[in-house]
Amino acid sequence: MKAPPRSFLNNRLAVGLILPVGAALLYEFAARLGLVEARLLPPPSRVGQTLWSLAATGELWTHIAATMLRLAAGFLIGSIVGILLGALTGASRTASRLLDPTVQALRAIPSLAWVPLFILWLGIFVASKVALIAVGVFFPVYLGVMAAITNIDRKIVEVGRAFRLPPLALTRRVLLPAILPDGAVALRSGLGLGFMFVVAAEIMGASEGLGFLLVDGQQLGKPDQILAAIFVFAVLGKICDGALVAAFRPLLRWQDSFAQSVSRSAAAPIASPPVPAH
Amino acid sequence: MLQLQALSKIFAPDIAAIADVSLEVGPGEIVAVVGSSGCGKTTLLRLVAGLDAPTRGAVSLDGEAIHAPHPAIGVVFQEPRLLPWLSVAQNVGFGLMDRSSAERHDRVDAALLRVGLAGYGQRWPRELSGGQAQRVSILRALVTEPKVLLMDEPFSALDALTRASLHDHLLGLWEAQRPTLVLVTHDVEEAVVLADRAVVMQPRPGRIFADIPLDLPRPRDRLSPAFIEAKRVILAALDGSLDAPIARQSAKHATGAWW
Repeated sequence: MKAPPRSFLNNRLAVGLILPVGAALLYEFAARLGLVEARLLPPPSRVGQTLWSLAATGELWTHIAATMLRLAAGFLIGSIVGILLGALTGASRTASRLLDPTVQALRAIPSLAWVPLFILWLGIFVASKVALIAVGVFFPVYLGVMAAITNIDRKIVEVGRAFRLPPLALTRRVLLPAILPDGAVALRSGLGLGFMFVVAAEIMGASEGLGFLLVDGQQLGKPDQILAAIFVFAVLGKICDGALVAAFRPLLRWQDSFAQSVSRSAAAPIASPPVPAH
Repeated sequence: MLQLQALSKIFAPDIAAIADVSLEVGPGEIVAVVGSSGCGKTTLLRLVAGLDAPTRGAVSLDGEAIHAPHPAIGVVFQEPRLLPWLSVAQNVGFGLMDRSSAERHDRVDAALLRVGLAGYGQRWPRELSGGQAQRVSILRALVTEPKVLLMDEPFSALDALTRASLHDHLLGLWEAQRPTLVLVTHDVEEAVVLADRAVVMQPRPGRIFADIPLDLPRPRDRLSPAFIEAKRVILAALDGSLDAPIARQSAKHATGAWW
């Protein structure tokens, strides 16, 4: 394939960085010129310094590890339960009538309302935090998977029937690929909620974790530490979401976006897209 | 021999989609089932395919009763219904998963070559035109070498030129394997181009109105007098099939429910 002419605007990473880097630079200058109150909203250089010293002492990595571990455990539990229950209610009308009203009622409860109960039941340490994160992750995954299954095109499923696929093969060769796109979106929204609830859990009370850095910064009047933690959250969130997208990409190449298919057919009208051999 | 014995399908009380349809189709014969929309053509085809169960009657192939989808019966739907996550080659080989990958490969490549799609094997279905996609869907049904191929208005969504070229492709494929072919269509010209026999159906409830042999030499010339005469006969039968039930229905209205 011929490489398109390389211009700055074609580099997605560079274009995406224009806005945040530009804003940071602008603020830095404004702070140095004394145009803004730097004590409450410290300039990027001070935030960077704080971040650097946290990293140098190794303290930052302890906090990141604590947060990511809680998030991973909560995400795993929440998404597995969400996938299983969503699959059940999506596939069986009886299960849907039996379970879905209750799940929807539970969903109507603001998840933070569970916090006191979880602390009473599970203590103030890791278990109650993981439980809260799992609850946050569960609902979007459950809803997404259920919708993905009820939205499967029955005409495509009938092709599987016409070829006499037994239930297991039908699931593997038709149903799973059909729900994969919506399933991936469901997991991504679950992960987003997971980040939200890990912060909530850590603000409620923790001695380590990025959420603890936030509270600690507030109590000790260190806005640079709060901003540093927020920055780390942004980076970690983007990395985790990107990893999830990358993990699904090989399975979803068939539905490449419209723009990509246009540019490919323009660049190489005859060349075939890479596909595993049949 | 494909046999339909007194097939009836009743969807809800008083809504008979088809009633008492009996038909025999010999090996390698091409039968076109013609009728206006709503006369139960598609229902009939789904019963023969084993996708739906008849309320009464039976379908059998060479004496074997058909209750469910059968390996000797291939189906082509009105839409291509390709699986979008499989490449074109994987779609064609969808029914060959029990064969060795070498055999699958050979059969798929040979099939694609035959309909002018060699080199398209590694494309995604979304990259195909409507006519190409329907060719792939016909190959998917034929590559397992079924004894019977059932087609439900497979060309109705295509433009006239593409349709004519697909008729040629279909006849070429039929020539190679000689399956029994039952084709549901509302296009009279399509019936005369393809079929050895046109079965005209009558609506409400769907039943057979006329069984018209089409003894024209192949390849068929769409402009020959015999071709045009055959079209005229089928069109006349279609007109006749529509007159009867409408007259009866209005009579019922007149005597029944005016108050």
